[in-house]
Amino acid sequence: MTFTLFLQQVLNGLLDGVYYLLIALGLSLIFSLGGIVNLAHGAFYAIGAYLTIVLSPYIGFGGSFVVSPVAVALLGVLIERVLFTRFYRTDPIYSLLLTFGLAMVAEQALRMIFGAPPLSYSIPPALRGQVFIGDFIYSYYRSMLLVVAVACIAGLWFLLQKTAFGRVVRAGVQNPDMVGALGISLQPYMSAVAALGIGLAGLAGVLLAPIYSVHPAMGAEIITPAFVVVVIGGLGSFWGVVVAAVLVGLVKGLMVAVGYSAGSTAAIYLLMFLVLLFRPRGLFGERITRFE
Amino acid sequence: MTVKDHLSRRGLLKGAAGTALVAGLGMPAIVRAQSDVIRFGHLTPRTGFLGPLGEYAVMAADLAVEEINAAGGILGRKVEILKEDSVNPQTASTKAERMVERDKVTCIVGEISSASCLTIAQVAQRTKTLFVNTGGNSDALRGKDCKRFMFHVESQNSMYVKSVGRSFMQEGLVKGKKWYSLTADYAFGHDLLSVAKRFMEANGGEFAGDDLVPTDATDFSAYLIKIRSASPDLVVLNLAGAQITNFLKQYAEFGLTFPIGGFGFDTALAWAAGKGNFVGTWPVVWHHLLETPGSKAFTEGFVKKYGKPPENQAWGDYIALKIIAQSMNELKSTESLQLVEHWEKGAKFDVLKTREGYFRDFDHQLMHEMYAVTALPADKVENQWDIFTSSGPVPGPDEPLDAIAATREENACTFPA
Repeated sequence: MTFTLFLQQVLNGLLDGVYYLLIALGLSLIFSLGGIVNLAHGAFYAIGAYLTIVLSPYIGFGGSFVVSPVAVALLGVLIERVLFTRFYRTDPIYSLLLTFGLAMVAEQALRMIFGAPPLSYSIPPALRGQVFIGDFIYSYYRSMLLVVAVACIAGLWFLLQKTAFGRVVRAGVQNPDMVGALGISLQPYMSAVAALGIGLAGLAGVLLAPIYSVHPAMGAEIITPAFVVVVIGGLGSFWGVVVAAVLVGLVKGLMVAVGYSAGSTAAIYLLMFLVLLFRPRGLFGERITRFE
Repeated sequence: MTVKDHLSRRGLLKGAAGTALVAGLGMPAIVRAQSDVIRFGHLTPRTGFLGPLGEYAVMAADLAVEEINAAGGILGRKVEILKEDSVNPQTASTKAERMVERDKVTCIVGEISSASCLTIAQVAQRTKTLFVNTGGNSDALRGKDCKRFMFHVESQNSMYVKSVGRSFMQEGLVKGKKWYSLTADYAFGHDLLSVAKRFMEANGGEFAGDDLVPTDATDFSAYLIKIRSASPDLVVLNLAGAQITNFLKQYAEFGLTFPIGGFGFDTALAWAAGKGNFVGTWPVVWHHLLETPGSKAFTEGFVKKYGKPPENQAWGDYIALKIIAQSMNELKSTESLQLVEHWEKGAKFDVLKTREGYFRDFDHQLMHEMYAVTALPADKVENQWDIFTSSGPVPGPDEPLDAIAATREENACTFPA
């Protein structure tokens, strides 16, 4: 393998991880603040993708790019208000059961409405094409996707680190009782975080619908690697999740590049195993007293 | 995910127990009435990466049973079909056992995964119950793993490779050429790859590269970069299920233009890739554009009932049930062993093609015509279904039907006693 080819694979691997990132960030946020392991997170991703296909004929890809994530976020708030809110203070196994059930209901509902075969959907003509830099090739659509993902990460970071809203959320992650004692109700923040996290999953669905196959089980497909990213990155750590996503993409890509593609999925679990062995809290995991 | 499996199994057990209780208490009348019907078991993956194809199998099975009953049933009795999701090889085996022992089905039909076919076949052989495989392709099922009580309506991998291989030879893509293959990393893919390599060796071509793809892979960018740098004469896919759709979408996305084709294929996946993304030449056992009267009637009936055309997997389950019903009526018996002997003697059936089909006695493979379909250019596509053109039947009219199947020497089968 030539050096340029290897370099191209490294670059591709780094970018590949970004797709998990949008899912993993939401998972991490919702778990950190509410203590809910949201197994239904993949379902929201799938709903985002299906909504895009349903809405595109009317409002185009651009329209559904805005409308679908918002609709998914609103659905998220509804579920947070009606269901999640009852499980914030219970044993996590209950919320695990709840979200597992939700994921199954959602997948089966999609199967009943749209059928099991994948639906057809393509990249909008304006976003087709490739980017060539010397001998490097990359798809134009994926570069756009990267820009959107980086903008989301930057926006989320700003929101959590630099605003009053973010300060309350971060305090709530560490010590919800103290936040309550200071006279701040966490309830609206919980809803907002659910909207953000679930909306991001919906956005990932919109962005990936043109290049992945859209079928009812697509949520179950992406949720496992997303969890691996969260675990490697460490709970409660924003940059941990970002670094882990990129690392997971890189490891997978390089396994394919060097000819061990059969082990590319196994490799990310091995990576998780090694990280947990040496850093049980994940790469950048913070100490969260109530989860220890 | 282990947690998921564990939870779902427990949930399923509870649900099943509850249903059984209600059924037992509440509806004795139905239970009595059931002694008058002939029961078939239908197992096929409804979830997972083969689920989309399983759905067509189930729709076709329902249609076939409806037609069989409308025509008077079997020996004057109505046919009832028990359909379940086979999930994975272990679950498939458990469910097959329950269907035979508790529900007293006369035979089992279905399946798509070669691995699950094998576990169902083991149950069928042990209980001496007929199993007709409608979707498992691996040569091993007709070779070292063959069973006397298992028959195959689905073509074996060798037939897929040799039928589309002819198209590749005609286009000059074999002799002295380099192929790059991507292969699904499980029984079906491994089997297909070895048949494909045998084909290339015999015909003077070689492999520029071959990668195994984990069955849960969704992103192919790293593979596409490798393919581009290898610049092969033909890209060959030995993938299955939604992965084919994913690959085709991303192949178009990266703008690669090497000729492409594959040895494993289903029309539903081409429909999902959509016009423009769907490219290449592929083998099928059947497709909805066939002009024979039988195929036209089947397609019409299917469209009328479900509002969309059937794909190749639908043909398999439909024709299997039709053949079973026809043979049972002819034999005036529902005994598995009698059917096995009848078919081994070379009974012929209408399989909706230009020639009648029959099961080969030494490996129980259905001998029938296959087709190679080629994607239409995007500007020639008129609707979302008719997106390809078809070769004539393979083998051609003046060749024997077994011309494309593995020979006895290539794939030896000794039925266990």
